[in-house]
Amino acid sequence: MADELILLDVHVSMFGMRVRVALAEKGIEYEYREENLANKSPLLLEMNPVHKKIPVLIHNGKPISESLIIVQYIDEVWTGKSPLLPSDPYQRAHARFWADFVDKKIFDAGRRIWTRKGEEQEAATKELIDALKLLEGELGEKAYFGGDKFGFVDMALITFYSWFYTYETCGNFSVEEHCPKLVAWAKRCMERESVSKSLADPKTVYEFVLMLKKKYGIE
Amino acid sequence: MSNEVVLLDFGLSPFCMRVRIALAEKGVRYEGQEEDLFGGKSELLQKSNPIYEKVPVLLHGGKPILESSNIVYYIDETWPSPPLLPACSYGRSRARFWADFIDKKVFEAGSAIWRSKGDELELAKKEFIDILKKLEGAIGDKDYLGGNEFGFLDIVLIGSSSWFPAYEKFGGFKIEDECPKIVGWMKRCKGRESVAKTLPDGQQVCELVGMLRKMHGIE
Repeated sequence: MADELILLDVHVSMFGMRVRVALAEKGIEYEYREENLANKSPLLLEMNPVHKKIPVLIHNGKPISESLIIVQYIDEVWTGKSPLLPSDPYQRAHARFWADFVDKKIFDAGRRIWTRKGEEQEAATKELIDALKLLEGELGEKAYFGGDKFGFVDMALITFYSWFYTYETCGNFSVEEHCPKLVAWAKRCMERESVSKSLADPKTVYEFVLMLKKKYGIE
Repeated sequence: MSNEVVLLDFGLSPFCMRVRIALAEKGVRYEGQEEDLFGGKSELLQKSNPIYEKVPVLLHGGKPILESSNIVYYIDETWPSPPLLPACSYGRSRARFWADFIDKKVFEAGSAIWRSKGDELELAKKEFIDILKKLEGAIGDKDYLGGNEFGFLDIVLIGSSSWFPAYEKFGGFKIEDECPKIVGWMKRCKGRESVAKTLPDGQQVCELVGMLRKMHGIE
């Protein structure tokens, strides 16, 4: 039976991008459906009733939600090509820890940079830079977080690269100035076709944010 | 490599309980080191978990594994018998989804109860019950969260449920009135040796939370 794969997603979502990168790494074909979060489709509400969020991967009618959980599922089902997680249990635990760190520390601080002003915005900028510095420390001299190979943690973080321009413009700072090694890593990842084809253009992300700011009256 | 297993622990932490139950289920021998979270964290804890300085930390052959759900995954992968997670990839993705839901929602919602008064408290209780009802939906007609056998998800939630007596006491409500299925499930889990030996007395938890309330200036 041919696999039916549908991805419910939003083009600028850094979480959705992770799934797109994973599917591209594995060379898997799927149907992409863009959601309008202001008017969620009945399918999205049916497939993720608990959170009503994207991305959702629907595999032969069965939904998988939460981007890092989807990536792990993809890795377990399509084992033939490009392993995304290490096989050693300790290395896997290490990878999960850092991917979870990205989820806990980057999104929220980043969001506050473009939604707040003044002291709150400055505090959020500091938080983001501190978190990126910790990640830079974890990367060390390695080509990728996984070592020689692009892997799970690289996938978890690289999709935020498309949002750096938005954070930098709204927060008036430069990521490269604080974390040059991390930016070098990001450019290395962007040389991979799976990444460059899956990430949204940073200017598109910025325009999306400007539209949201106008819509919700955020200055 | 030494195979010594050490757990940096705190008896009343619901997150540490998960790890103790998992180790008991697998029959793994380990050395437990109780941390004094209020008096002063050990050097070993600070060195093993420099980013969060939190328990639990599992040290296996000296290498640290962090974050309770992550540790339980590691335990299941390292000591495969008896298995805690389902064998099939889809079942595993559902287990990870609900573990993530429990991690994100239960402790925080419970904390909101003992930290609040008046209208805020009523809202906190409603939110908490809504979360438990979603978990009751996940149990369905089954005996356990994962199916007909006690497993990973039950371990994740049963630790958190040890604090329910404190939420009931300080919130002035009975969970059984609204969520009898969850209470039935709790009783079933407590029939298991690994759980019965690990879960503390409700009174001890109430005393700890009473102390936390004083520390937060709530009366």
